[in-house]
Amino acid sequence: METMLPYRALDLTGELGWLCGKILADWGADVIKVEPPGGDPGRSAEPSVAGSDGSVSLAWLAFNVGKRSVVLDLEDDADRDRFLRLVEASDFVLESFTPGYLGRLGLSFERLRAVNPRIILTSITPYGQSTPGAAAPASDLEIMAAGGAAWLAGDPDRPPVRITEPQAGAWASLHAALGTLVAHHYRQNSGVGQHVDVSAQAAVVTALAHAPYFYDLNGEVPARHGPFLVGRNVAGVAMRNVWACRDGHISFAVYGGVAGRTSNRHLVSWMAERGMAPDWLLAVDWDTFDVTALTAVEVARLEAAIAPFVATLTRREFAEEAARRRILGYPVSRADDIASDPQLDAREVWQDVTVAELGRPLLYPSGFPRFGSTVPRLARRAPLPGEHDAEILGQPVAGQR
Amino acid sequence: MSDTPNDPAAVQALSEVRVVELGGFAAGPCVGKHLADHGAEVIRIESRVALDGFRTNYPPFKDNLPGIERSALFAFTNDNKLGVTLNLKTEPGVRLARRLIASADVVIENFTPGVMERLGLGYDVLASADESLVMLSTCNQGATGPRARQPGFGTQLTALSGFIEVTGWPDRDPSLLFGPYIDYIAAAYGACAVLAALDRRRRTGAGCHIDLSQYESGLLFVAPALLGYFADGRIAGRSGNRHPTAAPHGIYPCRGEQRWVAISVHDDDEWRRLRTALGDPPWAATPDLDSQAGRKANEEDLDGHLAAWTASRSRDAVVDALRGQVVHAAPVNDMADLFSDPQLAAHDFWRPLDHAEVGDHHAEGPPYRLSATPAVIESPAPLLGEHTHQVFAGLLGMTEEELAQLDAEGAFY
Repeated sequence: METMLPYRALDLTGELGWLCGKILADWGADVIKVEPPGGDPGRSAEPSVAGSDGSVSLAWLAFNVGKRSVVLDLEDDADRDRFLRLVEASDFVLESFTPGYLGRLGLSFERLRAVNPRIILTSITPYGQSTPGAAAPASDLEIMAAGGAAWLAGDPDRPPVRITEPQAGAWASLHAALGTLVAHHYRQNSGVGQHVDVSAQAAVVTALAHAPYFYDLNGEVPARHGPFLVGRNVAGVAMRNVWACRDGHISFAVYGGVAGRTSNRHLVSWMAERGMAPDWLLAVDWDTFDVTALTAVEVARLEAAIAPFVATLTRREFAEEAARRRILGYPVSRADDIASDPQLDAREVWQDVTVAELGRPLLYPSGFPRFGSTVPRLARRAPLPGEHDAEILGQPVAGQR
Repeated sequence: MSDTPNDPAAVQALSEVRVVELGGFAAGPCVGKHLADHGAEVIRIESRVALDGFRTNYPPFKDNLPGIERSALFAFTNDNKLGVTLNLKTEPGVRLARRLIASADVVIENFTPGVMERLGLGYDVLASADESLVMLSTCNQGATGPRARQPGFGTQLTALSGFIEVTGWPDRDPSLLFGPYIDYIAAAYGACAVLAALDRRRRTGAGCHIDLSQYESGLLFVAPALLGYFADGRIAGRSGNRHPTAAPHGIYPCRGEQRWVAISVHDDDEWRRLRTALGDPPWAATPDLDSQAGRKANEEDLDGHLAAWTASRSRDAVVDALRGQVVHAAPVNDMADLFSDPQLAAHDFWRPLDHAEVGDHHAEGPPYRLSATPAVIESPAPLLGEHTHQVFAGLLGMTEEELAQLDAEGAFY
């Protein structure tokens, strides 16, 4: 089968935008990381893993796999000319500089378009190119806060929290890839390139599900409830969704609807097999059970009945039995659960990639989605800085390596 | 930018693409929504036999009165689409679905694997009529493997994919993320995949059947933690708002009820600027705090001092003061704040719509602005079956007699 995306992208992004080019590279694009002298400063960001020559960022390795690298000093005239020659031969430019920086270097969208009228420039920033305060510095924490995600996470008696594993760059990059491909579709039909202006803050808002609409429709402001689920019950009752089990946590809820009914029935019969289902629970008619109308007292009684049963289970036991018994729930997976999940093994998700900085292979998630018989695989490891200078530029370039 | 939001005369990037969508909830329909944002003609097939759970089961409903046309979730997941009803449990309903799909470029569905085949709408059947068809099947864990058919909701699937374990406080149960977080990853990723497949089709003429696992899509967003495990066995955990090296790095209370600000400092220069913004208080002059390692070692004290400073000030005043010194700071926007946030507004994120029963409400525009083909969000989510006649008479050119006959056979229920 022919390559999915036989196009070239010049990737000038920092951490906020790395994943965008990675998605394009996963699907066959030739993505060239254009790094400043000394390499992308994000290469050594924490958390990192010790390599033979200093530590290397895990996020760097995760999101720059599949790319090539050249080192160019965009503040140097000769290197800037080299960059513009690459633009002539490219389809996309991806960048995440502070708004205005590229323009000050003489590399505005208009300049790139003058060199290549078909070029698509994708700019990935915390708040977009032209919003008030667009240049304010923002890391994952600030973007998750400004995008409303922090407000919804954490315990009610403590401050809101971000997800400890940074997410804002992934959201911004995913939507940057989408905007880039939308612009590409139009360009292939019309010959016209354009500027794609991504706001990471807005990208995070897309993750909030229906929470903003409680305010939009009814003036209500849902808030964080830790392990409890809100916004599923017309009476506003919070229902437990993260439960302590023997070796960690599992996630399920007593749900309504046809699927929920079936799930609830199977959970109770499993409890009954272990002699842990109280008589009143066995007597519930799940066909008429309406989760949206439960009162707080009824929800508390359900939780008190179910929690002691869950406490006897391991994460793995719940994972296996929930699948077998068609119960709507999953373990609260840790990295080791995901790494050993038979479903992912059966789907051949793990790909060995030898990491230059470590001198040994790591397993990467890859192979998704499947485009019919075309299963995308990582084409190359994350590059060393300027590793492909010679093959891409064809001659030595200025600046310190 | 030459962006003119909601100018109906504006050129749309995907205007020649027709999409037929089957399924419900978020994971499938959000893919169609991403394409409809740019003018793709997305035709959503529903049926009164089994209504979309978003119409029936989930608040908020307008004025808290449940009703199948009053659901916010349905409204903001399906704006800019056409809605038809077809009873796929009837032979004429399936026949019409096939005919509609034969006229389309893309089919999106998020039933449990096997359901489309049982309905007679499997990829093999559909592609035999049109080998250039691009079909996206999105489900929890993929179409193959031992758990392919395990049912589940996105909120719990978010736990399976590793997000919940790393959210919250180390001494507490993990925290939820409110909704089916992972569905929105898979939906945007799925829309990317459809566009990549359409690109290949343009070059080769060949369509394909995309098998998208929402679980696998989620792994993209936690990949660094997975690599960390494979590198040295470390298990990523939750640490409130702490950062591996930066300090201070937290969310602090401001004046008023539940007003919070996010603040972080990433190098020594920024620390000096923060001190200036704070008015150089004596506690901040300690040489211990001049280095990142020193600040990290004293982060508990730092948090206490900073919280004492923020607590007596309004959130916006804190943000202004810190941004004025180029220090990382942002409001913790609550759900009301999002609708008045000046940066989201300037980015044309919220798009006003008027729905027959929900009334005035907002839908989301794309989080990116396109300079040549800005997204136009112009029609609210369809009422149940609102466009059935328009689609089958107008787009497919069927006669009134044919439609009446099919209606009598129950095809449009």
